[in-house]
Order: sequence, then C-alpha cells, then structure tokens
Amino acid sequence: MNSPVVLVAAALVLAAGTFAFRLAGPLLRDRVTFPPRMERLMAAGAVVLLAALVATTTLTEEGGLAGVARVAGVAVAGVLAWRRAPFLVIVLSAAAVTAGLRLLGVP
Amino acid sequence: MFILDSMRSIVRTLDRGLLRDIALVSLAIGVVGISYGATAVAAGFPLWLPAILGLLVLAAGSEFLFIGIIAAGGSPIAAVVAGLAVNARHLPFGLALPDVLGRGWRRLLGTHLMNDESVVFALSQEEPARKRAAYWACGIGILICWPLGAVTGGLAGALIDDTGALGLDAMFPAVLLALVLPALRDRDKRHAALAGVVIALAATPFLPAGLPVLLSLAGLALIATRAEASR
Repeated sequence: MNSPVVLVAAALVLAAGTFAFRLAGPLLRDRVTFPPRMERLMAAGAVVLLAALVATTTLTEEGGLAGVARVAGVAVAGVLAWRRAPFLVIVLSAAAVTAGLRLLGVP
Repeated sequence: MFILDSMRSIVRTLDRGLLRDIALVSLAIGVVGISYGATAVAAGFPLWLPAILGLLVLAAGSEFLFIGIIAAGGSPIAAVVAGLAVNARHLPFGLALPDVLGRGWRRLLGTHLMNDESVVFALSQEEPARKRAAYWACGIGILICWPLGAVTGGLAGALIDDTGALGLDAMFPAVLLALVLPALRDRDKRHAALAGVVIALAATPFLPAGLPVLLSLAGLALIATRAEASR
C-alpha cells in the first residue's frame, strides 16, 4: 500500500483538478461574451453529455456490455418518463424492475 | 445564519414535490456512498481517504475509479489521471450552466456543488429562481449524503452487501433520463444527443472511462452546421 502522504497528495491533486474543471466554465462565461449561436450550442452540450452518460452507464460496464437487468430497468424508466409519469414513480420503477429481475437470476 | 437564510429561501422557492425528488436522489447517493466507504476500507485504505475524497472531490464515478486503480496496484498518478478524465465533463457542464452560482464565497461553494445530478435538476426547471434553488438543494443534499455515506460505510463495513441487488445502478441513469427527456423534445437537441450517444457507445470499448462521454460532444457538429445553413 502507498504511504499516507502519497495518498493525501494524490487525493488533493484530484480534488484540485476537478475543481478547476468545475470553475473553468463559469469563469469563461464571466469573461467572454459568446455569440447567441455559440450559447445555443453550449446549452445543447449539457443535454448531449447527459444523454451520453445515460447511454453509457445503462448499456456498458467496464468497456463491455451491461447485463439485461439494468437495461430493462432503465428502459421501463424511459417509457414512464415519455408518458410523463411522476419522477418518483420513474426512478423507483427503474430500481424495482432491475432488483426484481436480479432476484429472479437475470444478470 | 447566512447559510440558514439561504437554505430557507431555497426551501421556499421549491415546491414539496421537487424537494422530495431531490431528497430521494440524495438518499440514494448516500446508500451508494455507504457501499463506496465499505469497499475502500475493505481494500485496505484508511477511513479518512474515502472521507476526504468524498468531501473534496465530490464526484462518485471518479472516486470509485481512483480507489479501484490504487487497490489493484496501479500508481497514484494513473489513478489521478483516470479520475480527472472522468471529471473533465464538468467543464462543458459549467459552460452550459445558467446563472445559478451566486456571488462571492457562495460562488466557490456553488462551483464545488456542480455534478451530474445538480446540473440536470437545474436544467429541468423553467424559471431562473427555481433553477438556482434546485441546483443548490441537490448540490447540498449530495454534499451531505455522499461523504456521510462513505464514512458510515467505512465504519460499519458492508451494511449493504451489494447495491446491485437494490437496482441502484439502474436508478442513476433513470434519474438523468427522466430529467433530461423534456429537453429532447427540441429537435436540434434531440438530433445532437442521438449522434452523441452513438459516438459515446462506439468509443466505449476503445477509450478509458470518461472520454467516450466527452467525445459525445462531437454530436453538436450536426446542429452547428445546421445553424450555419439556416443563416
């Protein structure tokens, strides 16, 4: 195991780097006035990133395909969200479907 | 007192339903935090490591990766680089974030609270005041629940054997999906997002964690040229 000093240093560098990433966007927006078209693209960027996060965390696991149980749970959530079900119903259904399938032995 | 006043104004701005939704997400993150702390301590790390990572990094995916790489015998430098790759998406998040951070010292704390969930809760609201309140409520909820969960798990061990059995791994994509779906009713955003999803999925087998999601931003090219053409 690494020495505590090394671990603390690594943790602090990760924390500082992450904070810098978080800070960069708002700082840039303070200093630069973006043309409206660029503003629209940046706003769409968050939606694109979130959609990609949904897809990768649902369908993949450590670079390979994820199990069926999770995919089914998120698919049910997607249908419920499309039909404008309440947030609580959507989210708890996803967990319940996935947990239920795993209980039945589905990977 | 200042903090209490701010909290009161957040609670006033949000209706009970939204507060309940945010509380649910924060609690679920706390449960994952318990498993995170237990995993870290079981792998031989001192309790303070998941605690300070949870408090100061405050980004679950990168912390799991960081712990996992070092536990597997990887170098701390590799662990930091891998964690930063996962967290790089906060830069484009910050560019897209509406004015929710406030001023002065609050701005620094607000910046630290930026994560997938706080951003998506802000985006899901219409009015600026509600965007700000939803962002802060979710951010503070996670700031409390995630490190607290990590310490609890580190002290108590695996209270929850396997968060997979609870289906929590399906819950987080479902949270993001439920909150981002209304934005996808906009045609341009939907097309860019679909292109981004295809790109990210295609890249996943070949690139380290975090980079496929960043690469999805290339999907914006689709609507960038479209905006050009419509001029």
